[in-house]
Amino acid sequence: MTVDATTPDRIAVEGLVKRFGEFVALDGVGFRIRAGEIMGFIGPNGAGKSTLIRILCGLLAPTAGRAIVGGIDVARDPEGVREQIGYMSQKFSLYDDLSVMENLRFFAGIYRIPPSQRAERMRFALDMAGLAGREQALVGTLSGGWKQRLALGCAIMHEPRILFLDEPTSGVDPMSRRRFWDLIHTLSAQGVTVLVTTHYMDEAAYCNRIALIDRGRLVIEGTPAELKHHALGGQLLRVEGGELGRLLHDLPGEPGVLDVAAYGNALHVLMHEDADAAASLRHLLARRGLAYARIEPAEPTLEDVFVHMVGVARQPASAP
Amino acid sequence: MFARIWPLVRKEFQELRRDRYALIRLLVPPILQMLIFGYAATFDVSHVSTALLDRDNSQASRALVARFVDSGRFRITATAHRDRGITDALENDKAVVGLVIHAGFARELAGNGGASMQAVVDGTNSNTALIALGYVGQIANRYASDQAALRADSRQPLLYARLPQVGLQGRALYNPNLDGKWFFVPGVIGTLLLMMIVNLTAFAIVREREVGTLEQIMVTPIRPWEFILGKTIPAFLIGLAEAWLIGIVGVLWFRVPFTGSVWMLLLGTVLFLLGAVALGLLLSTLSRTQQQAFAANFFVLNPLFILSGFAFPIASMPDVLRWIAAVNPVRYYLVVIRATFLKDVGLSVLWPDLAAMAAIGGALLVASILRFHKSLE
Repeated sequence: MTVDATTPDRIAVEGLVKRFGEFVALDGVGFRIRAGEIMGFIGPNGAGKSTLIRILCGLLAPTAGRAIVGGIDVARDPEGVREQIGYMSQKFSLYDDLSVMENLRFFAGIYRIPPSQRAERMRFALDMAGLAGREQALVGTLSGGWKQRLALGCAIMHEPRILFLDEPTSGVDPMSRRRFWDLIHTLSAQGVTVLVTTHYMDEAAYCNRIALIDRGRLVIEGTPAELKHHALGGQLLRVEGGELGRLLHDLPGEPGVLDVAAYGNALHVLMHEDADAAASLRHLLARRGLAYARIEPAEPTLEDVFVHMVGVARQPASAP
Repeated sequence: MFARIWPLVRKEFQELRRDRYALIRLLVPPILQMLIFGYAATFDVSHVSTALLDRDNSQASRALVARFVDSGRFRITATAHRDRGITDALENDKAVVGLVIHAGFARELAGNGGASMQAVVDGTNSNTALIALGYVGQIANRYASDQAALRADSRQPLLYARLPQVGLQGRALYNPNLDGKWFFVPGVIGTLLLMMIVNLTAFAIVREREVGTLEQIMVTPIRPWEFILGKTIPAFLIGLAEAWLIGIVGVLWFRVPFTGSVWMLLLGTVLFLLGAVALGLLLSTLSRTQQQAFAANFFVLNPLFILSGFAFPIASMPDVLRWIAAVNPVRYYLVVIRATFLKDVGLSVLWPDLAAMAAIGGALLVASILRFHKSLE
């Protein structure tokens, strides 16, 4: 695939590499995001998620590769890109010592929203954040969920077509998180393209597409359903009862066993795709004299996929 | 064109208004420092602590000592009875000057040979020592010539009258009483402004970088020059207000005359503030953290102060330092501010200094705009 300014996708990235001295933060990442799509990037801390967003916003220059955002090459014309994007950084970055209204007015001014539309847009952002009636409150006195919705409001006041959200829900209570995602879906329905990073697995389900990123590499990408059903490449079984610690220790490496992970007070065991994987596992446990209470097929979660895929990606190249 | 600058300027003042200590921080230190500097920054030497060893203890020697004390320049803080007592007093910081009047002082004075006395000074502070020695010489000479005149009057009036004499009539222009305050107070206005304003602006960008708001501003389409100007204008306006405040304290409290044109002073202050604000912003773009900005401030402000001509004449410095001083905006501002306070000179005299400040300020401002990339690297 070749990426250039004529591509219809809102975001098109190809072979993106970012090095900080010796450290490789991004190692050849490529993907495309269409208009109105919500794409979630999931990965552990330090995987390169923030670096990716910062390159797409023109805050960092890529070492190699290309990134087209809103039809514009970011490296060539970062200011052109900035007219079209909204950005929420990982760290809360509004002015704590200004009031809600003063922050909104500040960003409305910086984005040069025409005076005729200014009041309406500010009202929209205020209502969206649920802060109507608290216009004069100092932002520093607001709680996490409110701050974060206000930050979103400030980031979309100029009606960007593309929104970058870097771990927007970290440190926010579950109710506020839920509400935040409702807002994201409303925006997406209006055609806004959203690139969001998170390390909450449950949030990945809110995205249209998910990309797993680890150590600067894009491990796998697809819809949540695709990932759950195809990425594992085996059958997932849930093992309850017995000595879980011993099972966790003994099972890996046994024939037919692809992966073992603790999951609450049970184990998730990934077996080779087989006519009857459960029977193979029962057989295996009996042969090794390992006790258990129940074995049943499990519906894979994204966490299973993530843990498995990162494990596969991190195996040395010599392994099968 | 200024559409994006105004929101920034307004935001800076809103933040300032929210900061309940801002007013105290902006008002108290300059006034306090003005008062301290105004009293402390002086090379006038008076009430020098003095150790006395009077071996003669005659009417003549006591008259001489009285001359020293009455001059107001010396204050007897220790009386010694042996040579050792003088060195002890100097060593223990009980005295800066030791005066020794030898035995037989009165007899020698009455005879034909000259009478001698000895002055020992603590040379640690060479400046004070030198000035104090000068006063000792002056007082002793005047005493001697008074004595000579007395004797000449009584014995040989004609002979004395025929002795050739050079009469010196010194007259100081612009500061007739050679009052050190008149020299220092305008200088204090300049150096205080420098410190306040460079400090204020040096933290302006670094703070936003640390808090994270800078990153949010960087992803907006604001241009670097718009951002820098939005940060410059508030600091500049605060600087102007500070200049008036400090100046008014100088005139009202220290009674330093203001003889020149207010407009001239305003023009000079505007050009100087341009340089001070731009310097602070440049430091701010060079620093990643507030600690770094603090260290950079310290590194830059002290040399600027020393090479400003505030206390040490630039003309007496080695060539290299004089070249460095040539790009120091404070140095030109001190010329302008002293001249407008004391001399009432105009554009025809001061234009080179004004032009130098404009050039330095413009260059620094351009440098900080070029330095400020909208990038996190």
